[in-house]
Amino acid sequence: MRVALFVTCVNDTLFPDTGRAVVRLLRRLGVEADFPRAQTCCGQMHANTGYRDEAVRLARRSVAALRGYDAVVVPSGSCAAMIREQYPGLAGSSGPFADAVAQVVPKTYELTEFLVDVLGVTDVGAYFPHRVTYHPTCHSLRGIHLGDRPLTLLRQVKGLELVPLPGAEECCGFGGTFALKNADVSAAMCADKVRAVLDTGAEVLCAADNSCLMHIGGMLGRQRSGVRVTHLAEILCSTETAGVR
Amino acid sequence: MSSRDLILGRVRRALAGVPDVEITRAYRGPSDKPGDIRLFEERVRDYRAVVHLVDEPGVAERVARSLAERGARRVVVPAGFPAPWLAAADVEAVADDPPLSAAELDAVDGVITTCAVAIAETGTIVLDAGPGQGRRALTLVPDYHLCVVRAAEVVANVPDAVARLVPARPLTWISGPSATSDIELNRVEGVHGPRTLEVLIVT
Amino acid sequence: MSVTFLGMPAERPFPRNAARAVRDSQLRFNLRKATRTIRARRASVVAEAPDWAELREAGRAIKEHTLRNLDRYLVRLEEAVTAAGGHVHWAADGDEANRIVAGLVKATGETEVVKVKSMATQEIGLNEALHEQGITAYETDLAELIVQLGDDRPSHILVPAIHRNRAEIREIFAEHMAGWGRPAPGDLTDEPAALAEAARLHLRERFLKTKVAISGANFAIAETGTLVVLESEGNGRMCLTLPRTLISVVGIEKVLPAWRDLEVFLQLLPRSSTGERMNPYTSMWTGAAEGQEFHLVLLDNGRTGVLADEVGRQALRCIRCSACLNVCPVYERTGGHAYGSVYPGPIGAILTPQLRGMGSELDRSLPYASSLCGACYEVCPVAIDIPSVLVDLRARAPHPWPERAGMAAAGWVFERSGRLARLQRAGGRLRRLMPRRLPGPLGGWTDTRDLPEVPKESFRDWWDRTDGGRR
Ligand code: SF4
Repeated sequence: MRVALFVTCVNDTLFPDTGRAVVRLLRRLGVEADFPRAQTCCGQMHANTGYRDEAVRLARRSVAALRGYDAVVVPSGSCAAMIREQYPGLAGSSGPFADAVAQVVPKTYELTEFLVDVLGVTDVGAYFPHRVTYHPTCHSLRGIHLGDRPLTLLRQVKGLELVPLPGAEECCGFGGTFALKNADVSAAMCADKVRAVLDTGAEVLCAADNSCLMHIGGMLGRQRSGVRVTHLAEILCSTETAGVR
Repeated sequence: MSSRDLILGRVRRALAGVPDVEITRAYRGPSDKPGDIRLFEERVRDYRAVVHLVDEPGVAERVARSLAERGARRVVVPAGFPAPWLAAADVEAVADDPPLSAAELDAVDGVITTCAVAIAETGTIVLDAGPGQGRRALTLVPDYHLCVVRAAEVVANVPDAVARLVPARPLTWISGPSATSDIELNRVEGVHGPRTLEVLIVT
Repeated sequence: MSVTFLGMPAERPFPRNAARAVRDSQLRFNLRKATRTIRARRASVVAEAPDWAELREAGRAIKEHTLRNLDRYLVRLEEAVTAAGGHVHWAADGDEANRIVAGLVKATGETEVVKVKSMATQEIGLNEALHEQGITAYETDLAELIVQLGDDRPSHILVPAIHRNRAEIREIFAEHMAGWGRPAPGDLTDEPAALAEAARLHLRERFLKTKVAISGANFAIAETGTLVVLESEGNGRMCLTLPRTLISVVGIEKVLPAWRDLEVFLQLLPRSSTGERMNPYTSMWTGAAEGQEFHLVLLDNGRTGVLADEVGRQALRCIRCSACLNVCPVYERTGGHAYGSVYPGPIGAILTPQLRGMGSELDRSLPYASSLCGACYEVCPVAIDIPSVLVDLRARAPHPWPERAGMAAAGWVFERSGRLARLQRAGGRLRRLMPRRLPGPLGGWTDTRDLPEVPKESFRDWWDRTDGGRR
């Protein structure tokens, strides 16, 4: 099976640990992922802010880089949702771009989908001795319907104490450029999410999207709350003998 | 050009070349089975209406008790309401003939009616101005509405009710007493319609 | 081009309205409490319906089919209503509808009308238009009454006074009822039951004596000419039943093809709106019922423009249940006034800019009043894909130049992976110089949030250096 890692521009640039964790985790499970060097950004920010032409250009680039693989693994619910939900609309009904999209879309998996549905594993052999809560980000939850997959994986992690997050399904207020264009509402939403996280008494908040975690973590940090945020992949990659780095 | 032609023209231009869509009705349609009386009773009660189950011979006595407990002396009785059901009640039956004015309706103690259809799943009674029900104002202005529902009128679900009703008649669907959710989105019973709804189900 | 009026003037952009609203602790508390209550109620009665998904699909398809054959069904409706003794009028815009209604009221010789809550008449500013003609319109829905007495604006499509709590409502009643009719009882408390009782007493006499009523309608059945109004309090029944003349102002998208279609919508609407298995009262009448004089005013007011839009037309499926407002995290924190339209919340964010255009700063900002979290789409009983319509509107909105420049720059960087790699390396070298507070529009982030630390090495450089961790 030829597997491509679509690491996403946010992870590539700001959260390389997450990308490294995915590579190591997959390797531990016997999968050597390839990193197609031409990849950059899926175009979600442009599409969702109303810059359709730029989004189309980036979508073209992305499918060109990713086509031909048996599976594309994306450690981001949001970028996976962009590819699966929005690319077909951007590509139109025919032409080479539409063909490429039709080829890539059904092979695109968010990380936990790939682990549970394709590899068929729920116990990845991880060890993470911390009190953890999980925030299902909107695009993971309502965009690509990850469902229980992340929780199923987390429940098998040795040493991990999983605590439920009240109001988990509510948006954290990130929303890409929404956080800048409607900074006040975004902050108000984030404040409620932060309160819910603190109420759980967890030391670590995890999710399948670093962009939302950057947002919630930014406020947790500003408040000096002492709670840290970690991408799910990094938890699943941790073992008794090796941390992430 | 008339506004009618203007609007219809705009609609037609907007729709030029737009294909139609298919309607799939995979939801539960009419069940064609009698409604579950117990469920109906429970669902009516959920709206904080008063509910009694009685058998046919017991109706007159139950009606009399309900009206007495309410302290109702003058009660509107629409044409066609079964006379035996009122036989035991010690009330003045007010007829809507000649039609009562709104003020007169406001002055009575209550109204007693039958219904056209009742829906078990939603606890709804539907009046269609037929015999024993009268025109719509009769069950609206008085503060107390006593409705006698025969088991045969209880259907299972909303599609059953829609199938049974005649659209040309004025219809009033009633689910519990008048209520509002306008204050902090909490339901409070009792605004402009009858504040007390009492339902007798004849088994 | 004429600008469609939507009940209130388009003023400041949404983010500025919202910035004020999120600082209003009373508003935040009221909205949080109310939306959470109704959300839970809706969720429980929806979960109870075993065929909800199928009902929703049928609701979507029936509405979509109706829209695609709208001319046919409108003509059919007109025939059926006329055959049943009603009179049908067509209004291309709000002004025309207002003129028609004012003319009909004047013809009766009356100067007072009672009103059932109706979004269409709010949208066209009917009360104000009637006032100019010397006609007083009395709102009879409890929440509308609160808004009218408080000289306020509606902030929700189902519960226009959702932004008010019981204590505020008590104050409004105590202070203003006397100016409009029967005063509030002297010992009025803020118990919801006492407030409802005060409204009952205040309006009772008016219902019994007023000769003309104005309503909207939830549905109009083309096949039979039947109009349908769902309500709770009985004020609707009062208005629809007692007055001699009834005038209903109904948007052209409210038509349904057949009587049978009600079996779907009488399940979808009550469960989605008030979170009940059935609302207390639903009235259905066909033409001149029980000897009443009945007028139906069919209103376009921009709807045919929306109909012409391939993506946006689905907004016309809306049955105004308000589930999308109640579940929206943005609406919950800003309330309805921030949207500057009688249609607030997610549906307002897609409907207002389509009806009114994106000429004003406010209307341009509405498609952005969403984090695209998708909660609205999930609850919508007619499956309006609000996030997709928002994104489509964003693509058509004019963008401010600094944003255009920023987006162009980002697009340029992402165009070549080498450019991205060089930028990442520069960032890695300059990481210590990163300011804690960002300038300009980016300051919106750092006002309340820390920035993530920029790593020394990007993922792609790590991959190259270590051959994907194998070295
Ligand atoms: S858009 Fe959907 S959820 Fe929102 S009010 Fe309309 S029908 Fe209800």
